[in-house]
Parts: sequence; C-alpha cells; structure tokens
Amino acid sequence: MGKPALKEVIPESHPHPLEDLVRMDRIPHIWCSGCGTGSIFTACLTAMKNTGIDYNDFAMVSGIGCSGRGAGYINIDSFHTTHGRAIPFATGIKMAKPETNVIVFSGDGDLFAIGGNHFIHAARRNMDITVICVNNFIYGMTGGQAAATTPHNARSSTTMGGNPESPFNLPLLAYAAGATYVARWTMLHSRDLTDSIEEAINHKGFSFIEALSPCPINYGRRNKEKPLDSLKLYHDRTIIKNNADPGELAIDFRKKVILGKFVDVEKPCHDEEYGRMYLGETNE
Amino acid sequence: MKPAVLTGKHFINGDIACAEGAIAAGCLFFGGYPITPATEVAEHMSERLPHVGGTYIQMEDEIAAMTSILGGAWTGKKTMTATSGPGFSLMMETVGLAVVTETPCVVVNVQRGGPSTGLPTQGAQADMMQAKWGSHGDYEIIALAPSSPQEMFDLTITAFNLSEKYRTPVFIMSDEIVGHMSEKVVIPEPEAIKTFSRVAPDQPTENFLPFKPGPNGVAPMPAIGEGYKVHVTGLTHDEKGYPVMSVDTQAEMMERLMGKIRNNLDDIIMTESYLLEDAEVVVVSYGVSSRTSYTAVDMARKQGIKAGLLRLITVWPFPDQIIKDLALRVKGFVTVEINMGQISREVERCAGYRVPSYLAGHPGGAVVPPEEVVQILKEAF
Repeated sequence: MGKPALKEVIPESHPHPLEDLVRMDRIPHIWCSGCGTGSIFTACLTAMKNTGIDYNDFAMVSGIGCSGRGAGYINIDSFHTTHGRAIPFATGIKMAKPETNVIVFSGDGDLFAIGGNHFIHAARRNMDITVICVNNFIYGMTGGQAAATTPHNARSSTTMGGNPESPFNLPLLAYAAGATYVARWTMLHSRDLTDSIEEAINHKGFSFIEALSPCPINYGRRNKEKPLDSLKLYHDRTIIKNNADPGELAIDFRKKVILGKFVDVEKPCHDEEYGRMYLGETNE
Repeated sequence: MKPAVLTGKHFINGDIACAEGAIAAGCLFFGGYPITPATEVAEHMSERLPHVGGTYIQMEDEIAAMTSILGGAWTGKKTMTATSGPGFSLMMETVGLAVVTETPCVVVNVQRGGPSTGLPTQGAQADMMQAKWGSHGDYEIIALAPSSPQEMFDLTITAFNLSEKYRTPVFIMSDEIVGHMSEKVVIPEPEAIKTFSRVAPDQPTENFLPFKPGPNGVAPMPAIGEGYKVHVTGLTHDEKGYPVMSVDTQAEMMERLMGKIRNNLDDIIMTESYLLEDAEVVVVSYGVSSRTSYTAVDMARKQGIKAGLLRLITVWPFPDQIIKDLALRVKGFVTVEINMGQISREVERCAGYRVPSYLAGHPGGAVVPPEEVVQILKEAF
C-alpha cells in the first residue's frame, strides 16, 4: 500500500477543496488503505460545505472506533466522546443551544451496540440532529470482533466458526424508533451520499444515514472479500429504491441490497416542542 | 414567571433547596433521570428552568443524563444532573470524560443504602469512596457534603463556582435524610449571592490552545460557535486538544489536571470546628452524620470527655493537613459516617501511627446514634 497523501504534495495554487474543513495538521489520518470511512467523511464535509451554513454553526460529535476519529479531523467545534455516547452528548449541545447543527459521525458498533439505547430515544424524541453511521459490519479498531451488524454466518475474530447471531436492519430500527429522515448509501455512491447528507442536515428532526463501508483488514480478510470485491458488491449487488418498505431492508449481498431514501417526513422536533410548550416560543 | 433567586424564607426539603441553589447559581441546563431519593431535584428543575429560560431534558438513563450535561456545558452554559447510588455508578465513565476534557458541571448524589438497589428510600453515606475513585484512572475531584437543606442551597452555589473556576466536575454528596428533610431555608437577595462563571478566552480564534493553562493552572474555556474550532477528546491530549499517545504528554496532562486541585487546596477545602481548641479526642464527620456528631460531642463533654468536632464540608480533596496537625496534639479520632468505614480510612491514613482512629459507622438506613459515638469515645480513650 502506498504512503498516505501528505499536505506537501498538494500545490498551494490548488488547495484541496475541503482544506478549510480539515485539520490539516492532523493529516495523515489513521484510516487503513481500502477503508471507506474517508470517502464517507469526505461526503459529509462536502455536504456541510454545500449547505452554505456557517461552519461556526456546526458541531460534530463522535464516539469511539475508527469512524469515531472523524471528530478529530474536522476543523469545527468537535467532540470525541466516550464509547456509545455521542448521541446524548449531541443531545446536550442541541438542547442547550438549538441553533447549532449537530452532526454525529460514528460507527455501527458505537451507535448500535453500546449506544443503541441512545439512538432509539433520540429518534423517538425527533431530536434535531444528523446521525451518520459508517457501517463496516465489524469492530474494526479493536481487531475485527463481531458487531450488532455482522452478517449471519460471517467470520470475525470472535466468531471464527461463523456468526450465530443476526444483524440489525438499521433503517428499520430508525424508522420504528421515530426517525423522520432515513437513508442508506454506500461509500461508493458518493454523490448520492453527499446529497443525502446535505438533505439530512437541512431536515428539521432526527436524520439517520447508514453508509456501508468496507473494512478490508478486519472484515474482508476473514470473509474472503478483497477491497475491490466490496466495491464490486456495492456496484453490482445494490439497487436504489426510494421509499422502500423499511422491513425489506435487511442486508444480504447474495440478493440485492436496497439503497435510497426511505423516510422523509415532517414532524415537530424536540427543541421546537420544548420551546413552544415551556419557553413560550412560537414555531415558524 | 418566577425570578432566578427566590429571595426570602422558605420551608422546603433539601432536594428542592439544591435545585433552587442551582437556579440561583445560573444553571441553565439539567439532564435528568428519575431515581429515589434524588427525583425531586429533577422534578423541581423541570418546573423551574423554563422560568429562567433554561432547559430540562429527561434522558433515557443516567449515562445519557451525565453525557448530556457535558454537551450542554460546551455551549457555554452551567449544567447539572442529580442521581443516587445506582445512577452514580452508571455515570462514572462519563465523570472521567468530564475530568479529562475539563468540562465544568455539577453532579448531585443524594445517597441511599447500597450496594445495588439497596435501601432506595433510606439514607446512607456509602458512595464517598466512589466519588473519589469511581471512574477509572487517576484524577482529583471536588466533593462537598451538605448537612441541611440550607446547605443544599448554599453549597450547590459553591459547587457551581468551584466547577466553573477549576473547569472540573463537582459532586454534591448529599443523602436521603438531608434530601428529604424540610427545614427553613433562607435565600438571600440576588446581589448577596456570589456566583462565578468560567473565564472565556480573550485571544484571537486563530491558533488558539484550548487546554493551555492560565496562571492558576486552568485554561480559559471557549464555547461552541465562538469560532475557536476546539477539538475535545477523552484521549490523552496536548494543549491544542489533539490526541498524543506519548508518555510525556500523559505526564504533562495528568500533572496539570491533578495540580489544578492539589495546588489550590486552601481555596477548595472548607471545614468547620466545634470545641476543637482544647479537644483531646476528635470526632470527624460530614453531611447528615455531623448533625448527630454535635450532639455526641456535647454528651461526651458532659461526661468529662474533652471531645471536639471537625466537620468536613469539602470531603474531596481530603483535608490531609488538618488531620495531620491534629494528630500531633490529640489522643485520637472517631469518624462518624453512615457506611462501614470509608472516610474513617482517610482519617486513619492521615493520623498515621501517631494516634488511633476509630469508626462509628452504620450500614445504612439510619443515622449513627450519638450514644454509640460516646460509647466508642469512652471505650477507646
């Protein structure tokens, strides 16, 4: 694998288009070659830029794990919290300062195993935050243990004989819990993903985007899936079906995996309701 | 709409006095989760915060409640949560995050009998060591022990002031008895209440170092949205806030974090003495136990025992020097507390081998009877 791109090789006359949003003094990042987190992070930063919202009106919160390092690379007010607790931290920011656009950028293990309870309750409250989940089907940073998203039968360092459990259908979970914006893309669908994140940021209420991402080192290696194989799956074995029934969204690459925007509804969000009912604020 | 400071005389319980103290101190965000016997703090905050433009949110568990107040604190607001033993246990990991990210906040623990579900409706003081050591890793913490509803009001304000001044979580280690007893609480005029808010940075936003300490060892604290673009992490970090996995950075950060408290003991430690001048034996107590300890000292004096009382208002950091100095001139110590021996061990540590130190403890659910304290004083000395 080649050396990560360093700042020196970018000519000053042509700065990276996201340089203003990246802590360039922290580059190179920790993400492995072939990992999809960087692509999803790029989509997120591009979407933030595209909204035209002042960067000082954003905050990013991450939990623990590979994608949890996202908060460490973005050049805005950013918080790398404890494992699973990015959402309650984000909730505290949002409710104490509702004008902040709070983005939670974290992984499947962080958001849906240790942090699952916080996810469903933030969705239930329709907390006006944007949650981006990098789903690589595994605990990457700790070396590839089975997660709540690991496919049935898949091998991991703790399920070498195949995963006896079944994974969450994340969009279904989000929908059932009350999320008012739900979408799924892969890191390969960078334009759709970027547009979707922009839409999610502008959406008033709890937005959830699942972004599928390869982990060649800790998932692919044990499941005979090379980095390019994952991308081929994302290309060949996915189908875009907006407004699909969330019940149909279980991930099985032997069949087609459904991508798209599944939920986009308007409903008063928590800070608006609190403001209206307790602080005498009127909804616009 | 009621004002932030309800000047006047009130007959209220400790939990409500604590909530009023928080509002008077300028608290504007409360992340709550119901638990006996601390629920009244959350209930009262939910009612009162909107009067002052603040926000109450009931989270899904105590982990979330504690985490939400850290997020809230970084918006520049003063924030608080309240709980009891089981919830305090759940909050512990996040307490470490608050310590290492230097996030000011106040955590109230209205203690009840433990371990586990224990005695939810009855008082104890058995989380005192958890307050000091409950989160993993080394840290110094500030913990105050109110002994009356009036002190629940007063010390909650002090807790916010210390928390803001030193950018650290501060515990109010109350108990069910003080939390649920109703007494007269005098709330002064707003002008008479001293409140302190964190120092904001006055440097330019470019190249700002959010963890570079000022003269008192504490860094000015920016808020979200001010343009400082802070990065805040639970990882070991440098003055910029960036993670650095090195032995030297760990040492620098830890020395500074511990130093903030250790170098300011005179400002943080508050105690009260009663008949200590000529005392030959010292009763050490705090919180509700100190109330019965006054009686015990009076009873002992009537029986010819020269007893005195040292009441700890600040329990952490522990007043080592005061105990060490007393150990040079008294016959010994008896620590009165509703547990099976926690702060008594600290007293024993500071007394060293110079003089003996005993416990007048109680497993929880009631106060230590003064007669028992006198009995120990008689038998031991």
